[in-house]
Amino acid sequence: MTTDTLAFAGGFDQPVFEAQAAFRTLMDCMARPGTIGRIDATVVPPAPLNATAGAIALTLCDHDTTVWLTPALSRSALPGWLAFNAGATVTDERQNARFAFVEKGAMLPNLSLFAQGTQEYPDRSTTLVVEIDAFEGGRPLVLKGPGIRTEAEIAPVGLPDMFPHFWSENRQNFPRGVDLILVAGARILCLPRTTIVSVKEA
Amino acid sequence: MSTADLATYNFAYLDEQTKRMIRRAILKAIAIPGYQVPFASREMPMPYGWGTGGVQVTAAILGPKDVLKVIDQGADDTTNAVSIRAFFQKVADVAVTTKTREATIIQTRHRIPEEKLTAGQTLVYQVPIPEPLRFLEPRETETRKMHALEEYGLMHVKLYEDIARNGHIATTYAYPVKVEGRYVMDPSPTPKFDNPKMHMSEALQLFGAGREKRIYAVPPFTEVVSLDFEDHPFEIQTFDRPCALCGAENVYLDEVVLDDKGGRMFVCSDTDHCEERCAGGHRGSLAYDKEAAE
Repeated sequence: MTTDTLAFAGGFDQPVFEAQAAFRTLMDCMARPGTIGRIDATVVPPAPLNATAGAIALTLCDHDTTVWLTPALSRSALPGWLAFNAGATVTDERQNARFAFVEKGAMLPNLSLFAQGTQEYPDRSTTLVVEIDAFEGGRPLVLKGPGIRTEAEIAPVGLPDMFPHFWSENRQNFPRGVDLILVAGARILCLPRTTIVSVKEA
Repeated sequence: MSTADLATYNFAYLDEQTKRMIRRAILKAIAIPGYQVPFASREMPMPYGWGTGGVQVTAAILGPKDVLKVIDQGADDTTNAVSIRAFFQKVADVAVTTKTREATIIQTRHRIPEEKLTAGQTLVYQVPIPEPLRFLEPRETETRKMHALEEYGLMHVKLYEDIARNGHIATTYAYPVKVEGRYVMDPSPTPKFDNPKMHMSEALQLFGAGREKRIYAVPPFTEVVSLDFEDHPFEIQTFDRPCALCGAENVYLDEVVLDDKGGRMFVCSDTDHCEERCAGGHRGSLAYDKEAAE
């Protein structure tokens, strides 16, 4: 397959049921931060975006949503793929983005530069989909907040060391703030803006 | 699944673009517990007031593996419940049940089941008026500002006036709650008896208001506190007699008028709970005794 035709292939085999299954995983994970869900999709997005992040894009994005992409994703065939398969347009303005996608290995962009919503309409904020290496094996982080009975623990590999600090800055503006969907392979984990992330004390 | 039964509708009636729009609203609603997310509510093949908001939320989350239960004032066999259940059987060919325990999605009008909900379940509320401040301040621009500034003094004045007039807080349904210490939320017109069940619930709770075009949510394990005063703490309704059919106590009862001479009985509003107790051999004062009748 040449680069030119890449944009026109790789959508859902069964758009209705696969999108529903992907959304239910997203909904359950967003409602229970720290819970790891799995989205095994038939989607084949252009590299370097992985299949699960691609499935999330096709589940949530359409002509009503503008999407921000990292420089590497913008240079790939992804803008065309999103336009053809989802009808979504790509924007350079982080403030206008409803969704943002970050491929594995890319630097986590500054969260405060994305749309935060307003005090009246805090829902008008960006949801970031960020690919990382793994959910286990990194520095242990403790999660607290709505959706978690007492506390949950994750040990993500691929997030910056300063992440708990960035996230607490995001948390401070509540109800404004961005929401995060982390992707590692076919597995996902959500951090809504309400979740409090702290480094686990040794 | 036989495609012939699905006629010409998309799965679960709504088109995919509408589902995506509702799904985005649901995710933001979960991320901001108690905050009302505006959404582009669609015309549904039923009138406003029949649960169009709840139906749209259910249609957006429903999948072929789900088991759906629909209740109307606690009952599985009332008009609204029967018609919505039939609607989803027709447009999504989905399995339905009346048993609370077996359901994965429970769409409800104005009750929370007596049986404790679990982690695998989602409760979808049909909401007529999502704005708890609406009867105190009719302008949407103003109530938005009040939520933005966390200015809820007016609600406390209303509850205080209740006490001044009646000696107690006279609000018995749609009793306002504060979610996670931030947003004051209308729990839909459920009796205040059900308010404590929302607090730290294991199930995800989604609220859909079709005419008012709002979706909001309470994630599992979220603090939901009914507003009150130190000297007038929140209290739920109590009943001075058990259910006349199954003898259950500490459940919400409906009053049923039996004749024109003042005869009445009090029975469980949750029909599934009542039937299960009756099947388990529990008997109330007016229980139909099959053996004695034969």
